[in-house]
Amino acid sequence: MTVILLDPTGERRPAGRSRAARPASLEGRVVALLDISKPRGDVFLAHVADLVTARGATVRRYTKPTFAKPAPADLRRQIAQECELVIEALAD
Amino acid sequence: MSSAPPLPEGLVAVVKQDCPTCHLVSPVLGEIAARGGRLTVYTQDDPGFPAAVPAAARVHDDGLAVSWHHRIETVPTILRVAGGVEVARAVGWVRGEWEELAAVGPLGAGLPAHRPGCGSLSVDPSLADQLRVRFEGQRLGSRRIEVAELDDELETAFDRGWSDGLPVVPPTPARVLRMLDGTSRPPDEVVAVVPPDLVEATVEKVAVNAVMAGCRPEYLPVVLAAVEAACTDSFNMHGLLCTTYFSGPVVIVNGPIAAQIGMNSGVNCLGQGNRANATIGRALQLVVRNVGGGLPGGVDRATFGAPAKYSFCFAEDEDGSPWEPLSVERGFAAGTSTVSLFPGHGPSSIIDQISRTPESLARSFAARLRAVHHPKLVMALGAMLIVSPEHARVFAEAGWSKARLRQELEGLLLLDGDDLVRGAGGIEEGMPAALAAGRRLPKFIPGDLAIVHAGGRAGMFSAIIEGWVTGARGSQLTTREVRQ
Repeated sequence: MTVILLDPTGERRPAGRSRAARPASLEGRVVALLDISKPRGDVFLAHVADLVTARGATVRRYTKPTFAKPAPADLRRQIAQECELVIEALAD
Repeated sequence: MSSAPPLPEGLVAVVKQDCPTCHLVSPVLGEIAARGGRLTVYTQDDPGFPAAVPAAARVHDDGLAVSWHHRIETVPTILRVAGGVEVARAVGWVRGEWEELAAVGPLGAGLPAHRPGCGSLSVDPSLADQLRVRFEGQRLGSRRIEVAELDDELETAFDRGWSDGLPVVPPTPARVLRMLDGTSRPPDEVVAVVPPDLVEATVEKVAVNAVMAGCRPEYLPVVLAAVEAACTDSFNMHGLLCTTYFSGPVVIVNGPIAAQIGMNSGVNCLGQGNRANATIGRALQLVVRNVGGGLPGGVDRATFGAPAKYSFCFAEDEDGSPWEPLSVERGFAAGTSTVSLFPGHGPSSIIDQISRTPESLARSFAARLRAVHHPKLVMALGAMLIVSPEHARVFAEAGWSKARLRQELEGLLLLDGDDLVRGAGGIEEGMPAALAAGRRLPKFIPGDLAIVHAGGRAGMFSAIIEGWVTGARGSQLTTREVRQ
């Protein structure tokens, strides 16, 4: 006899999303540097900022309130409005 | 639920051939029919029974829809129906009641005055689950997965990724319907939005996972409250899940529900062997895994994890405690059943078999507490102290309240910052000098050390559940009332 089981999952498949096209150059781009508030993430990002600026991009810095929680929706929206590219730092 | 088949007007009897009392009353039913009473006899098993009733007045309750929907528990049952509604019912054979219902004069001459009936097929234990699924299965909205005849449903659960690594109870519709009996909340009510995929978990989805975890229906309200508590901003299940740290949700149950469902707050309360303790924590983890999509190696990035992530659930021993329970400290009235979630793992032990004064014992506690996480890291992570009955007695006999113990511990855990700075003691790990040098720092930010009472009556040990990042930056102890 066949057995019927009820699906315990959320029955939701994540919508497939394609990645944004990779830029050929950083020249003239606005790049967000997102510090997730891990120790020494600022040190890492300062170095990244130098490298990105040297390639002709404008850098804007952002900070998540805590590494332990997802970035607030408002912060994500702000970054999306103000920048074209994002580099997110994890450090310890 | 499927709708109840309407009943014909007049008298309605429900019988089965496999019932001596039904045989006893079959001449009576024939008598009623012969006297011209409006009578319909539903027969559950043999469509030719009872032969004393004309075939035109007999209906085979094939599939038992009439019996099930009209809650026939015993045969014979006789009903009077007026305007499509049941207005009177007699169960078994009771002459007086039948005469009153039939209103056709003396009945069953020569029969005993009364004779109990037999069990209705619609409540037969071998059929009850199947019937319930047939008639109530529409209440369930979850996708139905058919397991082929040659497949093992336990293996199917593993193959589909539903398991935490241990076998799960197959979530059949019958088991899920039984589980839903544990709550008055409707199956489609949304309990919480579960991270990391942020999927709405309905009461039904929680019930499906509770079945798989091995819960009994009466545990479901506790599981529901635990899911609610987990999926709050204060508990921050997302962060707790994705951290590389060890911790997971630790479930502490307070109030009368703990004893009602047989939870263990005593001997081996953090260990194996109690069904409620073992399965409630597991059910919460399965909801996060299956509904929320939080998989180890996926969003769950723990370096080690901990055995606690299978299930870590216990009840506070309130009856044996000299102190107010955790739930009361958290602002709930005494006698309220609650679930509290603490982000933790462990336990770690505190041995003190010698101290008989509260001052000495508090110092033992403090010596162990200052070492949790790392002896040089402070003010970032929390802990829960579980005081055993033998240790609690030392404090109780000296008149120390829980608040007094906490206050003494805060004093003892005010640490010299120069010992904590990075590099101190030849250890590079530690607090930044700018924060610690030349100051005294508390091991825990006030409020980040929870204290509860549990454990067996013997043993001069207490336990520490090591916590994770606390406060608004991490996960806070979160309490929800258990609603039936």
